[in-house]
Amino acid sequence: MPGAAIEFRDVSFARPSRPRVLDHFSLAVGAGEVLALVGRSGAGKSTLLKLVNRLLLPVSGAVIVEDRDTRDWDPIRLRRRIGYVLQEVGLFPHMTVASNVGVVPRLEHWAEDRVAARTMELLDLVGLPTAQFATAWPDELSGGQRQRVGVARALAVDPPVLLMDEPFGALDPLTRAELHAEFRRIQSRVRKTVIIVTHDMGEAFALGDRVGVIEDGTLVACDRPMVVAASRDMRVRRLLDAVRLDRDALQRAD
Amino acid sequence: MWSVVRFWSTHRHELVTLLAQHLLLVAASTLVAVAIGVPIGIFAARRPRLAAPLIAIANVVQTIPSLAMFGFLLPVPLAGGVGARAAVVVLILYGLLPIVRTTIAGLRGIDRAIREAGVAMGMTMRELLRQVELPLAMPSIVAGVRVAAVAGVGSATIAAAIGAGGLGEYLYRGLSMVDTTVILAGAIPAALLWLERQLSARRRAPVRRAAFAGAAALAGILLASSAVAAWRSGADVVVGSKNFTEQFVLGELLAQAIEREGLSVDRRLNLGGTLICDRALLMGDIDVYVEYTGTALTAIFHRPIEKDSSRVYDEVRELYARTGRTLLPPLGFNNTFAILVRGTDARSLGLRTIGDAARESPRWRAGFGYEFVGRPDGYPGLAEAYGLRFPAPPRVMDLTLSYRALASGQVDLIAGDTTAGLIKGLDLLQLEDDRHYFPPYDAAAVARAEALLRYPQLRRALERLSGRISAADIAAGFLARVPSGAPENVSAVPRRR
Repeated sequence: MPGAAIEFRDVSFARPSRPRVLDHFSLAVGAGEVLALVGRSGAGKSTLLKLVNRLLLPVSGAVIVEDRDTRDWDPIRLRRRIGYVLQEVGLFPHMTVASNVGVVPRLEHWAEDRVAARTMELLDLVGLPTAQFATAWPDELSGGQRQRVGVARALAVDPPVLLMDEPFGALDPLTRAELHAEFRRIQSRVRKTVIIVTHDMGEAFALGDRVGVIEDGTLVACDRPMVVAASRDMRVRRLLDAVRLDRDALQRAD
Repeated sequence: MWSVVRFWSTHRHELVTLLAQHLLLVAASTLVAVAIGVPIGIFAARRPRLAAPLIAIANVVQTIPSLAMFGFLLPVPLAGGVGARAAVVVLILYGLLPIVRTTIAGLRGIDRAIREAGVAMGMTMRELLRQVELPLAMPSIVAGVRVAAVAGVGSATIAAAIGAGGLGEYLYRGLSMVDTTVILAGAIPAALLWLERQLSARRRAPVRRAAFAGAAALAGILLASSAVAAWRSGADVVVGSKNFTEQFVLGELLAQAIEREGLSVDRRLNLGGTLICDRALLMGDIDVYVEYTGTALTAIFHRPIEKDSSRVYDEVRELYARTGRTLLPPLGFNNTFAILVRGTDARSLGLRTIGDAARESPRWRAGFGYEFVGRPDGYPGLAEAYGLRFPAPPRVMDLTLSYRALASGQVDLIAGDTTAGLIKGLDLLQLEDDRHYFPPYDAAAVARAEALLRYPQLRRALERLSGRISAADIAAGFLARVPSGAPENVSAVPRRR
């Protein structure tokens, strides 16, 4: 797919002497697009993300980022062009919120006043007032606040690509809904190429421009949410049914 | 207790010096242990297969008793020998284990997500280590450094055994003279020092400040270690001695005689047994000490026992000459082994000779120093010559402790030194060697030929002493009056003659 920001070309991946996680997997993500990948735990979703920022290399096939094979990228340069948000967030506990956000700019040798200005801008963007949060420590934050800092940190040097691994998985439903809205608001302003991984079909529908369904290391469906929702594929239906069951349970509880 | 306080006040300059030496030993060794241990820990934490064997090795090192460690290191060039350098090497080896272990534990304990976040953000291995891993592992590493320093305060007391100074000097000196005051004078500050380290360890610095505290500690240790380097003396001649009272006195005699010839002297008294002194002399750690001809013949050169004293002297002189050392003329007295029993026993049983004691031996217990049990001219030959038959193998103990053990009835026969002042002090009786088992033990200075060549005054000083210390002097027991504490206190002795 020409003009794709990220492309998986016939990618297979397995850790040494372990079963295959990805099997001849192909997928293209366009610039500025949000792709939501759904699948059950262990389906290979996180592996996909790590192939993009070269935490892993494919056994066969190629992962192309900005028209270049990840094998040909200097891993450090590549990673600094890609924001990465994990479920566990991974904030550095020995740094304040502001220092956490400023890590990559400092790695890139930005001047301190530029780092400070950017940090303020980003904390503002993710809805954490600088005055209140800049000097706070990660362990003083709630889960939702921590996740917002994680997003701000990932966006710090304005990378064109954002990878999000179950970013809202550990949050309560209310906070999660709130952050979904925040995410859409931020994305409408920054227009990143985003791959977001989740096991929750509802979240995928809420966030993705397209939704991809992974099972046993292959892509069984990938299209606009409405099309995926109407899919007749059994593997897709099972995931959809799980969401519906949830909703039914909620209605009965009412 | 008051006597200890009095001792401190009269010896306060010495106390301060020993305390400073003690702290410097610990500080210098801890610094180097950090400099070696942390990189090893970092290396091992990244290679789990290496970590297990590394920890195993460090554990084994840790279990080697420190005295044995000094023994292993004696013949090792650069790291071994006697003096502060060897002591620091041993303390470093002991400090490594806790530091390596806590470095590994600290790095391994870091949340996987945090490390992954760092890598994914595009940190190089170096940036990750400096900005994330080391700061997070710092509390654990600092804890290891603290353990190493606390243990070092204790282990450093042993350093006095090889002449490195420190508070242990009081312990050894006190043990040698069976003087509880002196032992306490060293043990109390050592214990307080240990306690202080422990207590300050309790006040835990918060995570974020640990890095700063670690850096400050490192800077302090650096300063201290440069002071250690300065403290190593640049004296012309180094005088050594073994670890009992007579040897302190003889060492001090040599030192003062040499000083009167205008040379500066570094005193490394109380170095331990014969073999330690011999190795130290061979390696040039010391330049001169007093040896006994019979001891040199049998224990150092492993030659058969010889009875004629001038033949022994000539043979030993020849053997020394072949190894680059010069035996100077005898000082004038023979310090043979004294087979000792309690005065009360001797009187009630009518004991006069070792042969008399052999009669009683089936009902007795014997206690000997480490050397006497192992030496070719020691216990096995003696037992054979006199038919000694103790029901149990002899108790092996520190030579200087054995006098007290005899006096208090824990053993019934020991092998001491003819010249030990304690013989009179504790009412002990020396049995006569009527079968002439022991070879002659004429005391004579032995010096490195190289030092004699470099300083002609050294030879002059040593030759001036020859023949001037008689058995009568020793027998008169002036050594028994050596006041507790410093060997320097016998300064009047040579001038009198």
